[in-house]
Amino acid sequence: MYHVEKIRQDFPILERKIGEKKLVYLDNAATSQKPRQVIEVLTDYYEHHNANVHRGAHLLAEEATAAYEESREKVAHFLGVPDATGLIFTRGTTESINLVAYAWGRKNLREGNEIVLSEAEHHSNLVPWQLAAQATGAKLRFIPILEDGTLDMEEAERLVGPKTKLVGCIHASNVLATINPVRELAELAHEYDALILVDGAQSAPHLPVDVDDLGCDFFACSGHKMLGPTGVGVLWGRPELLKEMDPFLGGGEMIREVHLDHSTWNDLPYKFEAGTMNIAQAIGLGAAVDYLEGLGMENIREHERQIGEYAYRSLSEIEDITLYGPEKDRTGLVSFSLPDVHPHDLSQLLNEEGIAIRSGHHCTQPLMRRLGTVATVRASFYLYNTEKEVDALVGAIENAREFFGAFA
Amino acid sequence: MGMMRELYGQIIMDHYHRPRNKGELENADLEEHLLNPLCGDEITVYATLDGNKVADVKFSGRGCSISQASASMMTERLMGKCREEAEEEIKHFKNMMTGEEEFPEMDDLAALKGVIQYPSRIKCATLAWTAFQQGMNDEGEG
Repeated sequence: MYHVEKIRQDFPILERKIGEKKLVYLDNAATSQKPRQVIEVLTDYYEHHNANVHRGAHLLAEEATAAYEESREKVAHFLGVPDATGLIFTRGTTESINLVAYAWGRKNLREGNEIVLSEAEHHSNLVPWQLAAQATGAKLRFIPILEDGTLDMEEAERLVGPKTKLVGCIHASNVLATINPVRELAELAHEYDALILVDGAQSAPHLPVDVDDLGCDFFACSGHKMLGPTGVGVLWGRPELLKEMDPFLGGGEMIREVHLDHSTWNDLPYKFEAGTMNIAQAIGLGAAVDYLEGLGMENIREHERQIGEYAYRSLSEIEDITLYGPEKDRTGLVSFSLPDVHPHDLSQLLNEEGIAIRSGHHCTQPLMRRLGTVATVRASFYLYNTEKEVDALVGAIENAREFFGAFA
Repeated sequence: MGMMRELYGQIIMDHYHRPRNKGELENADLEEHLLNPLCGDEITVYATLDGNKVADVKFSGRGCSISQASASMMTERLMGKCREEAEEEIKHFKNMMTGEEEFPEMDDLAALKGVIQYPSRIKCATLAWTAFQQGMNDEGEG
């Protein structure tokens, strides 16, 4: 039984007041709030176990190392990773994708090659490939979206071909709430011996993910969007690919042997974990994953599916509203715009009622152009949000509209 | 809705719903396009110069109430001013938005005072003014 009121008690920030109003936090696609269980692990680590990992033969170093590596195992299990040596801690999705675009891209891409992305990518899965293309002469191609925001798979089949070296795609959209058919894309890519990278920033927090089942070669996600601390994310790659890749960052820990004129590299995953990592954050992510698994990702998905569809239905009753993305099979977020209140103004007016939503281009400027707008409003829900909060949102939008209309 | 009424006062909403000098200017001596990277809003300001004097000012683009109202107020403010006066006006306005100068009382611009409390919105208020400033610099160089 999914008991949302009980879950809410684990999140101290949900008690927060904005002015005199109770916080209604609907900006979860930007970052999620943290349960007490994660916050306590961070405190406990710093109060009792803090040391640098993989070095030092003292007890604290051993405890810190064990906790850090245990967290890697937890996250690997969470993502359905068969072999944790391919699970690299990074700073977040952006760094994970940059790692691949740099360490794999610079080595394997050349003129005449193509990278196929979707036109709904977050900047973090677009700009690193622009840089890789500039450096290697490879070309970028884009799978268009259909009117309802879903991927044009017919066009994808035309675009992916012998020249394709890599397909990169968001698993779930941070604007459209679509869930892309990653497995089909993976099969398509593999038909032509191309690789597929999946940007899971908006899927790993919300859907059961199994990288093996998805058939992807690389999977990236961020800890802070899934109840974990900021500063830690994950790149999973098939170990045989990671072994062939050059390092991304050079420095401590990633080496085996260093001479003045050359070095050799450490084993996976350490070859890609240069310098002192965000140890506490990585351990915190392990606690976040424990929390999510405790609730069950299937249950979380079901809760969010319900609340997302309820929000879509409720918002669609507002006069002249434009909703983006498909009506069904969506994640728990809704992007929309109103003809008479600018997104920026609306988010400010909603803040007055304690409601935190996001307005802007959501780091998807090409998608905004495709949708014929510069900015949308986005309400994004998570495992602790309620239908009552959706009602509060709808009521506040109506009030804002009335307020704006009064001056017209 | 208390603070909201303070921020979105009558004057701002009046300029937003009935912007002054909105439109494009053909054969403008000064034309500058500027993007607010925060929200993707864009504005273009135009001016024709008569010798050293700003003969006509217009603005186009889309944006939130604060950016549109502020642009509208700016056109009224700069119309007919000589180049040096216009530069001074812009400097004063930007200083007001950073809290370094007081807002003049009994002036439409004073309506934007509330924006100071919302640092993320200051860029909205200064967008048109910055565009005009850059336009004058470019025009001066050209």
